[in-house]
Amino acid sequence: MRYLPLQPEDRQAMLGVIGAGAVDDLFVDVPAAARLSGPIADLPMHASEQAVERQLTKLARMNQAAGDQPFFLGAGAYRHHVPASVDHIIQRGEFLTSYTPYQPEIAQGTLQALFEFQTQVARLFGCEVANASMYDGSTACWEAIVMARRITRRGKAILSGGLHPHYVSVCTTMAKFTGDVLETALPSLDGTAEQEMARLIAAIDSETSCVVVQNPGILGRVADLSELAAACHAKGALLIVVVTEPVSLGLIRSPGEMGADIVVGEGQSLGVGLNFGGPYVGLFACAEKYVRQMPGRLAGETVDADGQRGFVLTLSTREQHIRREKATSNICTNSGLCALAFTVHMTLLGEKGLRDLATLNHALAVEAADRLAKVPGVEVMDGAFFNEFTLTLSKPARPVVQAMARNGVLGGVSLGRLYPGVAALEKGLVVAVTETTTAEDVAALADALEEALA
Amino acid sequence: MSTINQSGWRPEAPQSGASAAPATYTGNKALMLEEPLLFEIGDAARTGVDLPTPPQVASRLAGLERHKPIGLPGLSEPEAVRHYTRLSRQNYAIDLGLFPLGSCTMKHNPRLNEKMARLPGFADLHPLTPVDGTQGALALIDLVATWLKTLTGMPGIAMSPKAGAHGELCGLLAIRAAHEAKGDARKTILVPESAHGTNPATAAFAGYAVESIPATAAGRVDVEALKAKLGPDVAGVMITNPNTCGLFEPDMIAIGEAVHAVGAYLYCDGANFNAIVGKVRPGDLGVDAMHINLHKTFSTPHGGGGPGSGPVVFSEALAPFAPLPFVERHGDRYVLVEEETVAEEGHSDAFGRMVAFHGQMGMFVRAAAYMLSHGADGLKQVSEDAVLSANYILRSLENTLEAPFAASGPCMHEAIFSDEGFADGFSTLDVAKGLIDEGFHPMTMYFPLVVHGAMLIEPTETESKAALDQFIGALRSVAERAKAGDAALKAAPIHAPRRRLDETAAARKPVLVWKEPVQAQAAE
Repeated sequence: MRYLPLQPEDRQAMLGVIGAGAVDDLFVDVPAAARLSGPIADLPMHASEQAVERQLTKLARMNQAAGDQPFFLGAGAYRHHVPASVDHIIQRGEFLTSYTPYQPEIAQGTLQALFEFQTQVARLFGCEVANASMYDGSTACWEAIVMARRITRRGKAILSGGLHPHYVSVCTTMAKFTGDVLETALPSLDGTAEQEMARLIAAIDSETSCVVVQNPGILGRVADLSELAAACHAKGALLIVVVTEPVSLGLIRSPGEMGADIVVGEGQSLGVGLNFGGPYVGLFACAEKYVRQMPGRLAGETVDADGQRGFVLTLSTREQHIRREKATSNICTNSGLCALAFTVHMTLLGEKGLRDLATLNHALAVEAADRLAKVPGVEVMDGAFFNEFTLTLSKPARPVVQAMARNGVLGGVSLGRLYPGVAALEKGLVVAVTETTTAEDVAALADALEEALA
Repeated sequence: MSTINQSGWRPEAPQSGASAAPATYTGNKALMLEEPLLFEIGDAARTGVDLPTPPQVASRLAGLERHKPIGLPGLSEPEAVRHYTRLSRQNYAIDLGLFPLGSCTMKHNPRLNEKMARLPGFADLHPLTPVDGTQGALALIDLVATWLKTLTGMPGIAMSPKAGAHGELCGLLAIRAAHEAKGDARKTILVPESAHGTNPATAAFAGYAVESIPATAAGRVDVEALKAKLGPDVAGVMITNPNTCGLFEPDMIAIGEAVHAVGAYLYCDGANFNAIVGKVRPGDLGVDAMHINLHKTFSTPHGGGGPGSGPVVFSEALAPFAPLPFVERHGDRYVLVEEETVAEEGHSDAFGRMVAFHGQMGMFVRAAAYMLSHGADGLKQVSEDAVLSANYILRSLENTLEAPFAASGPCMHEAIFSDEGFADGFSTLDVAKGLIDEGFHPMTMYFPLVVHGAMLIEPTETESKAALDQFIGALRSVAERAKAGDAALKAAPIHAPRRRLDETAAARKPVLVWKEPVQAQAAE
């Protein structure tokens, strides 16, 4: 038992101090009828490190890792190159094996890193303050809607058709139980970002707590949100902007600059990796006047007894461990280690690196879109995009994606998978291009599409 | 092994203010290194990442380009590595020593777990990869799900919740869905007053009214008071077992029967599952839903506060309501059940989706490595060693510190003490800060609320007897100082990277992001 330091003689000595004859005497409160005697029979016995490694490596090898073939999947999770030093730093035991920084005198490392993270997220989103992270983008999105309800005392949220369908699903699931009213819509392959803006603006009324819009949207479309923000504010509603690809903000004007009141997002692109969908890192920022309505942890600056600058978790009277049933959210943890990965990656990039990375992503995506537009049976969507765009194929996209995958090209996310049963979207294929995409990858996708659509 | 000063009290102990004003030019003290904020050392032109020159193309951003600076200073790689390495050294961690936080199960994090989670087949796998290319990932999720269902004796599971509190929410939503399916919308959840704060917060977040159940003087749920509150409007009861006083609820079966008799469901907060894995199955105690913290019981790292992972197991009655997505096995092929296939897979009662994608895969891999390493025999040994270590601490310290439930019999995985007997003006906080100077992370303080000045100590099974003995000696020494009214203790910690921090000032005028100093702005 390599993880258990106690030896039989230790156990005997400890039982002696306790005054118990056997360890089972310590389990007397467990009802005898329910007590198990031996190890559970349906499970294997302990195994060596090598045996476990062998078993799990075998499972890992059964998967199509993104790096093993030309790869174009995005739709809320993006493959970016993460510098080696990011993983080195987050694996330092002092970060990896520490706890929530409730004892600030011996948690300054975590607290200062979170304070830096909060500053980076606030600046990236164009907001005054940000929290120390949430579970992920989808749960942050719902928390933002709840926060808007608290601030406006209205119960109706309008969700843009460009919002990731899983995010919509998380919100509609929760709203079923809380009584919030959500107006949802589907994206449109032949519509434009401007039409969606007009539709949203027309829908705002005196009951509207917030409008939730994703930028870039699920199809990759990028829009100016300034008019929508003005329309929200004119009717006393808040604008919530969701960002699932934070790298885009190296190039695109920030949601805060466009007038967003709350900005939430998924930070996975920076530092975290795909991980089959988790763990990820939710980002949450807003105007300072709303900070006491914010969910989640916050690191704040203060001084110690010697007057030295230091950091603590603060405004915790909003949180469950103080407020119990009156808390702003039931959320207890953040996504600390992923937030650390995000902030380390962001520090390595810096202003110049992030702008260069975003410029590179955009340029490669434009090149890819132009190349794919030449494939017979493929139309590229109109309008502005960052590093992701939607193709309309001459056939339903889902079988095309599966056929390409079997031939060693992961060619994108079919809208049929994201919107099952919606005939108007079944020919849509969302293609993401990042700095990891090569010209050969794009050529392979073009060939695979040509073959599948012939 | 250092020698422990058994009496603990030293009249010549350093006085308050002894560590003020660092005597060095840099402010550093040898290996204790000060580190400025990133914003004070980085700049906009500096970077630790080299990128190729992008191809020249016409932008497709419709004039939405940024023109203003974002304000993100960068560092070269050596500067960045040093910045974060210096910061890391201001953290206490399990890798450095015992981390006795009650209800948090700060056990060793095996490095094999980390290695396995980084295999490209898991770490570099996109969640929307066509299912044929994810069979190994789905098999791994199924493996962890099977272990959790077997260890708890419960037939249903939701793997997607992102943390313990998220798991609680999942469990309560399933309870609500089950009641609504019967056309019986109930309004109240009962929660013991000793419960963790997430319990009432979750019940409120799920739209329920919360009523509190008192504890007995023996540190357990007052079963008679609970029964008196049960009625047709009670949707469920949330019990933590073992509870936050570190005690097993011996009447759990009777509680379950009473809860079920009024048509309500029994939720169990599984935060303390580490005490009973392989010793008793919650399913045999009448539990309908329980979340399991993989970051506590199954050794996935706490990471300075997340990410956690909180799968929820369900009884027969609640299993149909588990949320999407989940993994089904058809012969030797695995299927991911999502919105599209929910009906054909016979899960029409699933209450919806709690997260984008499929949950905390990286944590499932780590938990799987841990489960396979320990096996059924090892997990049972884990529980036994965790409970043995906690009782060893309880009995070694009960003559120094007031142990309010010492007479209630053995504790489970954690021991609880109160601040009774401290000199006037001395508190649990002082003892905690004194432990910091002794080289330990403090125990959980002031929780649960049912014990005055509570000190909740959970050693876990991954501490040697020598480490436990050193901790016991250190806590005894600090407690004696608090009882004797040693004024120097009020100044603790004096050896940490920072002395006591002013949390009141932090909350009164929150500074949550870095801002340029005023004189620098004026100079521009």
